[in-house]
Amino acid sequence: MAQVAEKLQPWRTVLETRPQGGPRWLQDLRDRGASRFAALGFPTVRDEDWRFTSVAPIASTEFRTAPPAIVTVQELAAVPYATLDFRLVVINGRFSAELSQLIGLPTGVRAGSLGAALTEHADVVPRYFGQLADFNARSFVAMSTAMTTDGAYVYIPDGVVLEQPLEILYLTAGGNAAEMSQARTLIVAGDRSQSRIIETYAALRGGVYFTNGVTEVFAGEGSILDHYKVQQEGLESYHVASIFVNAQRSATFSSHSFSLGGKLVRNDVNATLDGEGAEVTLNGLYLADGDRLVDNHTEIDHARAHCPSHEVYKGILGGKARAVFNGKIIVRQDAQKTNAKQTNRALLLSDDASINTKPQLEIFADDVKCTHGAAIGQLDEDAIFYLRARGLTYFEARDMLIHAFAGEILDRVQVEPLKRALEAELYAQLAKDLAEMDAV
Amino acid sequence: MLDIKNLQVRAEDKQILNGIDLHVNAGEVHAIMGPNGSGKSTLARVIAGHPEYQVVDGQVQFEGRDLLEMDPDERARQGVFMAFQYPVEIAGVQNQYFLKAALNAKRKHLGQPELDAMEFLQLIKEKARLLDIDQAMLSRAVNEGFSGGEKKRNEIFQMALLEPKLALLDETDSGLDIDALKVVANGVNSLRSPARATIVVTHYQRLLDYIIPDFVHVLSAGRIVKSGGKELAFELEKKGYGWLETGAEPVGA
Ligand SMILES: Nc1ncnc2c1ncn2[C@@H]1O[C@H](COP(=O)(O)OP(=O)(O)O)[C@@H](O)[C@H]1O
Ligand SMILES: [Mg+2]
Repeated sequence: MAQVAEKLQPWRTVLETRPQGGPRWLQDLRDRGASRFAALGFPTVRDEDWRFTSVAPIASTEFRTAPPAIVTVQELAAVPYATLDFRLVVINGRFSAELSQLIGLPTGVRAGSLGAALTEHADVVPRYFGQLADFNARSFVAMSTAMTTDGAYVYIPDGVVLEQPLEILYLTAGGNAAEMSQARTLIVAGDRSQSRIIETYAALRGGVYFTNGVTEVFAGEGSILDHYKVQQEGLESYHVASIFVNAQRSATFSSHSFSLGGKLVRNDVNATLDGEGAEVTLNGLYLADGDRLVDNHTEIDHARAHCPSHEVYKGILGGKARAVFNGKIIVRQDAQKTNAKQTNRALLLSDDASINTKPQLEIFADDVKCTHGAAIGQLDEDAIFYLRARGLTYFEARDMLIHAFAGEILDRVQVEPLKRALEAELYAQLAKDLAEMDAV
Repeated sequence: MLDIKNLQVRAEDKQILNGIDLHVNAGEVHAIMGPNGSGKSTLARVIAGHPEYQVVDGQVQFEGRDLLEMDPDERARQGVFMAFQYPVEIAGVQNQYFLKAALNAKRKHLGQPELDAMEFLQLIKEKARLLDIDQAMLSRAVNEGFSGGEKKRNEIFQMALLEPKLALLDETDSGLDIDALKVVANGVNSLRSPARATIVVTHYQRLLDYIIPDFVHVLSAGRIVKSGGKELAFELEKKGYGWLETGAEPVGA
C-alpha cells in the first residue's frame, strides 16, 4: 500500500485494520481502494468539488469502525419510515437477518446481505460491484471500496415486477466513541423490471458518528426504477454518500433525495444515460437549520442520443444553515437530441442562512436542448400579503407558502406511507424551526 | 361604515396621498376615478393594510374602530376585502385549497364551525356558476398561468365567497371584454345590500354602466378634487381628466 499521507494520520489504524480475505477479485479491489484513499487523502476546499464544504471535522476525528450492535424490534419500530412490508435492515454496516423482512418477494429476486452476495452470488456480483463507483478521484468512494464488508444487495431478474416497494434501512446504533459505518448498496435491476427502492439513513442512538455511503444502481434496458433516499441521520453526525446510476436503453430511472438530518452532509448523485431513450429524473428536497451544512452535487451524463433528463432540487434553510448545490450536466458528442432541464431553488428563512449554487453545463453535441434556472430567496412578500388580505394570519400564510414549496417535490413520491412519513417529519421539523425563529 | 379623515400616505420617501377625506355608509357604492398615478391603488392598498406604505397623518375608521391599528388579516376577517389590481400568482397552492383556508379563517372569526368538504364544494359550485368560473380554474394553483380576465374573475369569485362588508375593487374592469365585464358586475351587484358597501376604483366610466354608483370621486395627485353623483363619471368620460389637474372649471360645468 502506498504511503499514508500525513493528514491521514488519525485514519491509519482504520486502514491498517481494514478487512482482508474473501475472493481474490474482491481483495484486489479493496487493495486498490485502500491505496487510492491513502494517496488521495481527504479532499480540501482547494478541490473544486469541495470548495464550500470542509470535511476537516471528519478527517481529524479518530473514528473507529462501528462494532456490531443489537437492536430490538421495538427500537426499529420507532424509526418513522420502517413501515413497509419488505425491508432490508443494515445496522452499523452489517446486514441484520433478524430485523429484515424479505419473505414473499417474487421468485428470483435476491435481497439481503451484500457481504454474503459478494461470495455467494459469484456469477453476478463481480460483474457489477465496484464497476460504477469510480474511486480514482473520490476519496470517500475509495475508502468505501477499501473498507466494505457488508451492506445491502438487491437483484431483480429480467422482466420481474416488484409490486411492493422495498426499503433498505441503514441504522446507526452508536456507542460512546466516534464510530463509522460503511453503507454500501448494490442494486441490479434487470431488463424490463420494475421496482421502487427506498434507502433510509437514520440513527437509533449515537451522537458523533460518520456514515460513508456508496450505492451502485444498474437499471437494465426498459426497466423502471424509482429510487428514494431519505437521509435523516442524527444531528451531530456526518453523512457523505454517493449514488451511481447507469441507465440502459429506454430505462426510466428516478431519484428522489430527501435530506433532513446530519450536521455535515454531502449527497452525490451521478447518473449516466447509457442507452438511447433512457430517461433520468432527479428530484431533491433538503432542509437544514442551526449551523448545519448540506451539500448536494449531481451529475447527469448524457452519453447517448435521444435521452431526456429532468432535475428539480429545492432547499429550505433556517438559522445559520449553509447549503451547496452543484448541478452538472454533461452532453457527450454522440448524445444528439438530448433534452436536459434543471431547476434549483432555495428558500432562505433567515438572514444568516446561505447557499452556494452553480449549474455546470459541459456540452459537446450540437443538437441539444439544455435549460437551467436557479431561484434563491426569501418568502415572497407579495404572496404573504395576498394571503393575509384574505384573512390568513401571517403564520398561516407563511406555512402555506413553505408547504407549497416543499409540496412540489413531496408530491412526486410514489409510495404513500413514505410520503406521509416524510411530510410529517419535514413539517414537524419546520414547525420547530419556525417556532424558534418567532420566539426571538 | 368607513370614515377616512385627512389621510396622508407615503412610500419610500414619496408622498402619495395628500389628505384624503372620504365617508362611506353601509349600502352605498362609491366610485373613485382619476388618472394613472393619482393614488387610487395606494388608497385601496392602505385600506387593505399593505405594509409598504406609511401613514404619516390622518385616520381611518371602520365601523367605528381604528382600521390602521389592525393587521391586514384582521381587517380581512372584520369584513374588508380588496380585489387586487394585479392579483398575485402563488405557485403550488391550489386555488380551491386557498379558498377553503380563507373561508374558514373568516368563519372561525365569526365563531362558526368550519364547513365540511361537501358543504364547501356545494358553496363554491354555486358561486362559480355565478361568475362563470370553470372547475379547472379551481384545481389550478392560485392565479398561476391565469389570463388577465381569469385573474380578475377569480378576485370577484373570492369576494362572492367571503361576502365582505366593505369591498374595494381596484381596476377590476381593466383587461375585461364586455361579456366578462357583465359577469363581474353581476357578481358585484349580487352582493349589494343595505348592510354592505362597495368602493369601485376605475379608470373608465364603462364599468359604472353596470355597477351604478351613488357617488363618484375624482382623485388627482393624491387628493379628492371633485365629488358628485354618477353623472360626474359621464362628464369625465367626455372631457378627460385634464381640466381637473389644472384646477380650472370646465366651461358649462
Ligand atoms: N410602494 C410604492 N413605492 C413607491 N412609490 C409608489 C408605491 N406605490 C405607488 N407609488 C407611486 O405612487 C403614485 C400613485 O400610484 P398608484 O396608487 O398605483 O396610482 P393609481 O392606482 O392611481 O394609478 C405613483 O407615482 C406610483 O409610482
Ligand atoms: Mg392603480
